[in-house]
Formats: sequence, structure tokens, C-alpha cells
Amino acid sequence: MSTTLGADPVVEPGARRRAPGGGRLEAIAQAVVPVLLSVLASGVLLAILGRNPFSFYGAILDNGLLTGFGLQQSIVRMATLLLIAGGLIIAFRANLWNLGGDGQWLLASAFVAGFAPSVVNAIGGAVGLAAMLVLGAAVGAMWTVVPACLKAVYEVNEIITTLMMNFIGINLANILVKGPFLTELPGVPRTEILPLDQRLPRIGDTQIHVGILIAVGMMLLIHFVLTRTAIGLRLRVLASPEAARHVGVRPVRLTFMAFAASGALIGLSGAVSMLGDWGSFRADFNPAYGFLMVPLVFLARLNAVATIAFVALFAVIQIGGDTATRKADLPTDFILVLVGLLLFFMAITEFFRLRRAR
Amino acid sequence: MTSRSTQSAAIVELRGITKTYPGVVANDDIDLSFHAGEVHGLLGENGAGKSTLMNILSGMQQPGAGSIRVEGREVTIDSPHTAFELGIGTVHQHLTLVPTLTVLENLMMGSEGLRLDFTGARARFDELIDTLGARLSPSAVAGNLALGEQQQVEIIKALWRDTRMLILDEPTSMLTPQGVVELQRVLQRLKERGIAIVFITHKLHEAIEVGDRVSVLKAGRRVGGLEPDEVRAGSPLEIKRRIVDMMFGEGAAQLAGVTEMELRPEDGEHRRRLSSQVVLELIDACVDGGEDEMGLRDVSLAVHRGEILGIAGVDGNGQHELAQALAGQRGLSSGDVKLEGESIRRLGVPDRQRLGVRYLSDDRLHEGTVRDMSVAMNTVLKRIGQAPFWRRGAIQPRAIDTFAQDLVDRFTVRTPSVETNIGKLSGGNIQKVVLARELAFDPKLVIYNKPTTGLDVRTASFVRDQIRSQAELGISAIVISTELDELIALCDRIAVMSSGRLTGVVVNGRSAHTRVGELMLA
Repeated sequence: MSTTLGADPVVEPGARRRAPGGGRLEAIAQAVVPVLLSVLASGVLLAILGRNPFSFYGAILDNGLLTGFGLQQSIVRMATLLLIAGGLIIAFRANLWNLGGDGQWLLASAFVAGFAPSVVNAIGGAVGLAAMLVLGAAVGAMWTVVPACLKAVYEVNEIITTLMMNFIGINLANILVKGPFLTELPGVPRTEILPLDQRLPRIGDTQIHVGILIAVGMMLLIHFVLTRTAIGLRLRVLASPEAARHVGVRPVRLTFMAFAASGALIGLSGAVSMLGDWGSFRADFNPAYGFLMVPLVFLARLNAVATIAFVALFAVIQIGGDTATRKADLPTDFILVLVGLLLFFMAITEFFRLRRAR
Repeated sequence: MTSRSTQSAAIVELRGITKTYPGVVANDDIDLSFHAGEVHGLLGENGAGKSTLMNILSGMQQPGAGSIRVEGREVTIDSPHTAFELGIGTVHQHLTLVPTLTVLENLMMGSEGLRLDFTGARARFDELIDTLGARLSPSAVAGNLALGEQQQVEIIKALWRDTRMLILDEPTSMLTPQGVVELQRVLQRLKERGIAIVFITHKLHEAIEVGDRVSVLKAGRRVGGLEPDEVRAGSPLEIKRRIVDMMFGEGAAQLAGVTEMELRPEDGEHRRRLSSQVVLELIDACVDGGEDEMGLRDVSLAVHRGEILGIAGVDGNGQHELAQALAGQRGLSSGDVKLEGESIRRLGVPDRQRLGVRYLSDDRLHEGTVRDMSVAMNTVLKRIGQAPFWRRGAIQPRAIDTFAQDLVDRFTVRTPSVETNIGKLSGGNIQKVVLARELAFDPKLVIYNKPTTGLDVRTASFVRDQIRSQAELGISAIVISTELDELIALCDRIAVMSSGRLTGVVVNGRSAHTRVGELMLA
């Protein structure tokens, strides 16, 4: 595959000598301008639809950030999204297009939700939960083995294989819930519910569970590994296959590793989500977080630390928007319009930045 | 305003053509004229502005200033299509045929209308094949043709409409010696038909041999040229001296040798004594090339300490695979490689690198470097994870910067800084970085794969000097090149590859040129 991802060289030797000052200011403008533009554009859209944009945005901020409950919800959502984004960054850095995030996430979620209640009951809280996190990561990683093998050994385009594995993964997750993991609970087929007191420990007196600590810790670790270690550089060299062979990194092994790490993080996200907030997996559940994170990590230029900020914003809009749309009597999908516009303006600003750089 | 007063009316005339890119003047006030039945040799180094000029003539780019006249009429060539309409056909350096289509289908690609007119196309094909005096089957699949034949199809394609001027960009770069002879014959016939030919080249002898008129471009300007009567009147040696004068100006006469390689072996006598110590030995090596690539068949060779061994041959006869097999990028299916008597067959690139086997790739842009990484990072790419650049897995930016800065200084690499992305440097400077990287840390044997392709004269000369001075220090070299002159100028012995085999080894000396040529054709 010849597509090259536009990765930022992030921290390279000498980078710290780059002139500061204007650079930081520009980076901030780079982030703020698209937000303002998208707010403006959807404001116009809201006005056309006969809604008051100010009260709508007020509601987003209120419910996503300013009320205690909303803020907590946003942070909980962030944990899930961050881990997915981290998984994508690892793969994309190596120019491996893991677009199978949703399959990996759902399958890991289904397995974790299916096993968690009995396992946690049997071997106790901490160990049980830890085992379940590992299970989630393992399932996510397993689901990348086929695309990784096809890519590394037979040079089959991984965009297609990972996308195809999504269909299998999504349906397999449903089969699990409607089959082996099915419970007597009324309504939609679902797995046994993990009791609230057995879920991931909360932080203090809040709804926020330790997932966010795991997620932020992972992002920092990913950033360190990608920018500061030999393995991180090898992954980046892998993005140029000819150079990789030339300098003697092992493409086959690295491809498997990158894919596995990517899938593991995404699977871990599923596990955190199940063990932390959902507690049970319902049939036909598919929030499609994997695809939502793809443009986001690119706009963060595959920089794991920058991604944290982007994901935070995204989580606030998602959580706050949920209530805001209901209050304004709009379909919840209007949030996707807002997010779409945001991504659009981010891309436009990025385009002008690159053009100026040239 | 018409220019009927000129000797034979010019088909195409350029006046004051100027084209600038940010920071670069690619063409600077260039006047040129192209006449019917004449080959106009356009000579210049890389970056002299030849390609830009060609792109302007073929409608790929528009000049910033200046005018183009076709048969006295001022025109704007705003697209390749317009160029074609005006009777200007172009054969690009890199062939553009669709490999899966037949010759005739390739030729009909530009045709208009819903239905393909096979009979009409066939008639035109026969007519042109007759003009060229070529032998080609219209139903042959393009990808199966030899490069020379593919080029003939490209020429036919360029002549397909009523073409009055044919532009050839570095047409000999991928041809065998026979292919070049064949091309010259074709050009002769086209001249007789009254077609104006623009022959773009960076090889002095070609421009003189083929051109009825020669123009020399340097740094975007036309710095001089020879009119047809001057070309006819002068002796080859004198013409050569005059052109070299134009290219390098006053006092640059010594540089004359540069275009024809800076050092020629003293006739008949061998320059250097070979050490008896064998550094690298390849024994009956076979490489499975698969469907797409040339494999290696039973290749055996030995390289002595401090020796420069050349590998000659037409491109694509297994040289690339040989280099990769030696570097450890590709496994042997049978046979053995020994470094100082020890088998290194099972070792990968990093291990061979550490033992002193270095490989300078011929594809410096994609294979040799990672373009969106800094110069500094590229200098340590082959030592990822090794001290002093990594300690306990963590990168040591300062050590890398210092190392890179030292290489940049010693090899006079022109770069804003070591943290600049290497992709932003010129080809010559990239090659210097790669060369510096391979020569660092006690090399024993360096494989140079086409070390000077695409480089400007000075950098090419710098690279050759490096190869020589390394050899003086006892470091062996294998130089793969398709330029026989380069090998003659550099090597102690020259091996010839053909169809994945070594067809012979010639000790460099008086008759080396002919003997290597014979082996290449064998």
C-alpha cells in the first residue's frame, strides 16, 4: 500500500531547539479557530431550524461540562474513547490502517460482559476485574491476527481486511449475546448484569471510575514509546516498507506487534466500558466509536498527548449534546452534524496550515 | 513579426521563456528554435532546467514570461492536448504505456469518439512503423516488450497525430547499447521526414553525436550553443572542448574530464595491486526472484581487501537482487556468503551492518531514507536501539544530533540543520547523507548500487572520490552501475551480469571497454 499517513514527526532530536513563541500560539489558534467556526456554522443551522443557538450551546456546556453529573459522564466517556484513539495511533503510525476498531471493540466487550459477572464472583473483585481487562485486550488483539497475517505475509491490503473483519466481529458479538451469554432478563437479549458494587472502582464520591486513569496513563505511555524508544522509531520506519527492509527492521514481526497492540488497546477500551459504565452487553449494541476516532487522531496528527485534548472536547459534545438535542426537540443525530462540521473546519484549517508551511 | 528570414524556417521558436518556482528560477529568459529535419541536442546537468523546458513545450506547465511560436504563430500551450494539436509529441524519460494493454490499444488511448476505430488505427500504425523502420507487433502486450521496443511504441504514440516536433527526454537512459544504435537509426529516418527532434540529455557525447544543433543549459539559462554549420565543421574533440567551456566557464577546463569521469586508467597498465586477502566471497549463490523479479543463478565472486569490483550490465539483470542478497535484505535459496571466511548467510541486515557490510541503495528516496524524518534520524536508522544513540531503550537526542552534525560537516551536506526533514534536501545532499551513514563505524565492504545516478556532476565526482579514497584505506567496494564509463574509471575488475548470472569478469585495462561490452551482449 502506498498511502502515507500524514504523521507529525513529533519529538525528534533537535526538536526542542525549534523556535518557540509563535509556534505555540499558532497551535492554540489551530485548535480554537475550527471550534469557533463550527459553532458559528451550526448556530446558523439552528437558527434556520427555528431553535435558539445560544440556549442549545448553553445546554451542551451545562450538561457536558458544567454540571457535576455531566462532567463525570464526559470523563467516563473519555476513558473509552481515549483507549480506542490510542490503539488507532499505534497502527496509523506504522501506516497500518486498522479500520476494524468497531469489530475489535464489540467482540471484546461481548466477551468481557459475558464472563465478568461469574468470574468476578468466583475469584473476587480486584483480581477478577484485572483478569477481565486482560481478557478484553486479548480478544481485541486476537481479532487483528487475521488482517495482520494477511498483510505481513501476503501483502493483502489491510483496509479491506480490517473492514471485513468488522462485519464478522459485530455479528459474532451478537451471536454470543443471543447464544452462549443469553440471560433470562426481559427485553433486548443481553448478558448478565455486573452488579454496581462489583464494577471498576469509582474515584472518590463520583461516577468516574478508574478507567480514565488507565486511559490517560496509556496515552502517556504510548506517547513515550512512539517518540522516545527504539521500538517506536521502528514502527515509524515500518510506514516506509522499502526503507524498513533496507535498514533491517523486521516488517513481519513488527506488523503483527503493531496490529496486536492496536487491537489490545481497543479491546481494553471495550472492557473498561463494560466493566465501568455499561455492566452488560445488549444485542445490536454498536456505538461505532472506532470510526469516530479515526478523523480525530489524524487531526491530532497522531500525537497521543494532543489527542487527549481532542477527545475531551469530543466527549463533552457527545454527552452534553445528548441532553441538549432532546431539550431542543431535535434528533440526537444533530450532534453528528455539529461534530461533522467541527471535523470539516479542522481539516480546512489544517489544509491552510500546510499550505502556509510550504 | 514573422521570422521567415531564418535559414530553414523554425517549426517551434521560444522567446524569453522564464519559469520561476518559489526560490528557484528554473528557466531564465531562454531563446531556442527548433527546425524541421534537425536534431536539437539540449544538454545540461541535473537541475539545469531541461525538464521544465520540456514540460512547457508539452503543455504540462505554463511559462511565467516569454512567448512560444509554432510556425510563426504565437500560441499558448495550456495542456498536453493542445501541444498534441499543435503537432508537438513528447516521449518522457519514464515510459507511460499501460503494461496490460496491447501495443495498438495503448496507441488508441487518446482517441476520441465512442467506438474504437481499429482498422484506422491499424493503418496508421503500419504507416508509422514503416516510417520508423521498426519491427513491432500491434497485438503484442506492452508489458512483455523490451524497453527499447516500448520506447519505439512511445515514439509512435508521440507521432500518432500529425506531429511536426518530437521531444525525447533522456531517451537512452534505459537502453542497451544496441537499443541506442537502433534509436539513432529511427531518429535519422524521422529527420528525413522533416520532423524536428528535441533530444534532451545530460551526456555530452550523445548530444554531440546525435545533435545537428546543440544548446547548453546551465542553472536555468542557455549559456551557449553550436549552430549546425559549427557542428559539422568542428572536429569532435574541438566541439567537446567548446561545450565544456560553455558549461564550466573560464578556467574550468580541468572539469572537462568530469563529464567523462575524472580518472581514466592509464592505458594498458593496471593502476593498483590487488591484495591477496579475500574479504567477501559469494559461492554458487542462488536467489529466487519469483514471478516479477530476476533471480540469481549460481553467482560466485570474491572481493579482495581494498578492491573495487564493478558489476556491469543492463538494468534489471539481477544486480539489484545481488546487492540485496549481499546486504542481507534477501535470503539465498542456495549457496553461501562468507565475510572473511565466516558464513554470514543466516545474518540479517543489522548483524551484517555491525560486521561492516554496508549497502548504499540505488533508491535513496524510498529505500535509503525515510523522507519525513530528520537528517539526524536518518543517519542512525540502521542502528535503531544501539548505543550510544539509544540507552536502555530510550533515545538519546543529543548523541544523535552530535553524530549527525559531524557527518554533515565532514561530507559538506548542504542542509539548514540536522533537524530538517531529509525529504527537503536535494538529491545530491540526500546521497551524501546516505553515503556518510554507510561509511561510518568501520566499514569493511560497501556495496554501492548506482551511486551516482541522478546526481549533478560535482556530487557524482565527490561520490566517486569517496569510493576511491575508501578503497585506498583498504575498504572493499562493489560498485553496481549501468554506466560503463563510470566502472572503467573506478574499478580494478569488472564483472558482467546478464539474466541473473555472472557472464564474466574483466580486469580493468586497455581493452576492458570492448570486452565488457561483448560480455554484456553475450
